[in-house]
Amino acid sequence: MIHNKTFVCITACLLIFLCGTYAFSQEPTFSPPTNVTAKDTPNDDGSSITVTWDAVPEDSGITGYKILRNTNSGEFEEIGKQLEPTATQFKDSNIEKGKTHAYYVQAITDSETVVNSQQTEGVLATGQWFHTGKSQLFIAMIILCAAILGSIYLSRNNQDVFVRRIPGLEAVDEAIGRATEMGRSILYVLGLGGVSGPATIASMTILGQVARRTADYETTLRVPCNDPIVLNVVREMVKASYLDEGRPDAYSEEDIFFLTDSQFAYAAGVDGMMLREKPAAIFLQGTFYAESLILAETGNSIGAIQIAGTDSEHQLPFLITACDYTLIGEELYAASAYLSKEPMQLGSLRGQDWGKVLIFLTIVFGVLLELFGVNWITTFLQRVG
Amino acid sequence: MKRQIPLILCFLFGVVMLLTQFSPHSYSQGVYEEVLNWARIITPFALIFSTITLLQTHITRIRRRTEHWQYSFIVFVGIAVMVIIGIPYGPQHPWFEWLFNNVQLPMDATMFSLLAFFIASAAYRAFRARNVEASLLLITAVIVMLGNVPVGDLIWNRLISLTPWSETFADGSSWMKQWILDNPNLSARRGIILGVSLGVISQSIRIILGIERSYLGGGD
Amino acid sequence: MLTKLVNMDRRIVFILVALAVIIPMMFPISLPISISKPTEDLYNFIDGLEEGSAIMLVFDYGPSSLAELNPMAKAILKQCFEKDIKVVGLTLYAVGTTMGSDLMKGVAEEKGAVYGEDYVFLGFRPGIELVILGMGTDISSIYEKDYYETPIVELPMMSNIKNYDQIELIVDLASGNLTESWIRFANVQFNQQIAAGVTGVIISQMYPYLQTGQLIGLISGIAGAAEYENLIEDPAKGVLWINIESFVHLLIVLLVIIGNIAFFVQRKQEE
Repeated sequence: MIHNKTFVCITACLLIFLCGTYAFSQEPTFSPPTNVTAKDTPNDDGSSITVTWDAVPEDSGITGYKILRNTNSGEFEEIGKQLEPTATQFKDSNIEKGKTHAYYVQAITDSETVVNSQQTEGVLATGQWFHTGKSQLFIAMIILCAAILGSIYLSRNNQDVFVRRIPGLEAVDEAIGRATEMGRSILYVLGLGGVSGPATIASMTILGQVARRTADYETTLRVPCNDPIVLNVVREMVKASYLDEGRPDAYSEEDIFFLTDSQFAYAAGVDGMMLREKPAAIFLQGTFYAESLILAETGNSIGAIQIAGTDSEHQLPFLITACDYTLIGEELYAASAYLSKEPMQLGSLRGQDWGKVLIFLTIVFGVLLELFGVNWITTFLQRVG
Repeated sequence: MKRQIPLILCFLFGVVMLLTQFSPHSYSQGVYEEVLNWARIITPFALIFSTITLLQTHITRIRRRTEHWQYSFIVFVGIAVMVIIGIPYGPQHPWFEWLFNNVQLPMDATMFSLLAFFIASAAYRAFRARNVEASLLLITAVIVMLGNVPVGDLIWNRLISLTPWSETFADGSSWMKQWILDNPNLSARRGIILGVSLGVISQSIRIILGIERSYLGGGD
Repeated sequence: MLTKLVNMDRRIVFILVALAVIIPMMFPISLPISISKPTEDLYNFIDGLEEGSAIMLVFDYGPSSLAELNPMAKAILKQCFEKDIKVVGLTLYAVGTTMGSDLMKGVAEEKGAVYGEDYVFLGFRPGIELVILGMGTDISSIYEKDYYETPIVELPMMSNIKNYDQIELIVDLASGNLTESWIRFANVQFNQQIAAGVTGVIISQMYPYLQTGQLIGLISGIAGAAEYENLIEDPAKGVLWINIESFVHLLIVLLVIIGNIAFFVQRKQEE
């Protein structure tokens, strides 16, 4: 009997021990990340691989993921920091180019228990020649360029391209004439943009036209520059304009000079010139920032006729307030065509208008579709952006 | 020939740089970065040249004894001091920092602060209710000016407290300012930006195709 | 008299503006400040970051704009240091270097932050686009050494920060259009979250980016700085300046009203 009891006790203890051992030796209850794939990241230069996986359910108790990548020796090492439990994607931007990489994803719990996914296939990252994500932008660019090129082609022999009157550009001759009559100089300020800035280029083309007229009228043209490269280009341009007008003797290199590349020191220098030299006409054309009103108000205080033009729309209110004429945004870019009256240049302005019509129609069409709950055009345009 | 080579180069670089924007490949990006590096290399040389022209201008002024020629000496002293301290010791040196904090900083801040005075004088002159458009501009300006500062809401809340809707329309001044900035302001800006963008595209095409060549000096 | 009032000498306006600044400075008053959504959004974003995360603070401004932008920088730094958020400081604007370094040092001393562990200042590198793009791949490829000539590999904080993947947010404090470069290259190319603090003159330039979500928050001028100081419950220069600015705005509005009254009376008399 005693033996039986002892046997029962021993058996019970053994059973409890075995059950306990079995319970503690069980795998964690949550499953590993599934559907783990590694793919060459699209639309890049072949410098990254994107790993994706299906998220483990939120209530499974995991606290995050770690990504492991194979090394040269075949071992796997952890890369990047631990990811959030909701993450389903990781972009590895630190790969070795030209080498095949394999990955696995590790899910981690509160108790630091880890469970590994299956290892992915080896992936070799390669660069793409065309960014498919920009195809909409590419198409939009082609359409707008085609509209402009078509208009240029159609206008190449047409002298009667209509351009609406732009008062600011009509006043150019008036301003130069006034300076000539008063025997005072003309001050041309190109703004703070560099030579690659579209507004600076537009401003330089206007300067070329102004220089032709000052060469004719023998009026002093002063150009303080803010950018060293702009200075060199402007000197060549103005010199060529004077040569074209047959007045190389009237060109003075000293009148086109570098002042400083510091924003407010430049404003101080130009203001000083305005107050000392009292130019009769001031052109403020190009890219401007906070110094615009400092320049324009000083010009206003000396009674000079001021013609401004900028694509810095945030400075337009200041220039409109303090100057006699202001070229608003695209008018600055139209100036060269307007002043030169060349048919092909004028044709490009017509092309711009076609571009505007296209954009306008797209907006109207998009709004109408949105009103009816159709949003594909909005999605398309968002992808262009 | 003197004009044609720059025009050909302009066309080639224009088209290539445009295409690199649509190609993420390392070769294409390499070309893009290379061109940017070239541009960057040109800048220091142009800066040296510009500094020389600056010095020449002031030497001429001193030689000719033009009006206020004495001030030209300050240019030479300024350049000399910054070069003597800046080049051997670098911007971390206490002397350089002292000059920056006590010379450049207050001078720059002074020029910027002029803006406050000029905004006031320009606003006084410009905001006149001459016609309907000018009146609209005037009203908008007053709302935005007051809505931008705490006193706007203070005045608004005091006024609205005299009515039964003080709760509903609290902080109306800053709300109206925000509405103006978010709606009419943004619409107008977008219109201008669209026009500017088309203008830039049109100008770029004219330059790349050599139709617009006045930046090279002259028409032909 | 009326003509004189309509065409008031600008020097009188200048004197009045000067008085509107000096008098409230001598006798400061406190006005209630309401918080705008873009400022609150930025505050909430940083507030929601985990301890030990990193942000990048970019000092893209010069001495001329420090009155508006320094209070913002200080407020953000204080919030970060108090929350144990690492800050990587740098500038793409050469003259921002000395200011950025001094400012970070000053706030760090006040909050007990340690250089190299809680914050670093990388200084200036030329070439806006290449710097922004280069840091997206590897910060050390652009900044081998920090502003104080220490190799960044020797800075403990930078051992965990290789590129934008480890930067939760870039806050660009700018007086020009550099914020647009950060949006164009860091946000569009690397999907990096961007916020900005800008001077009052260019606030309206930033609104389109707020609406498209390319900016997650925006501090607008001195008013925004004051709002941020109130959010971190540490009113400082921003709050002082905005109260002073209130009087200048009020003065301009009064001047505009007076100018219009004089203008109408003159026009009536002429009729």
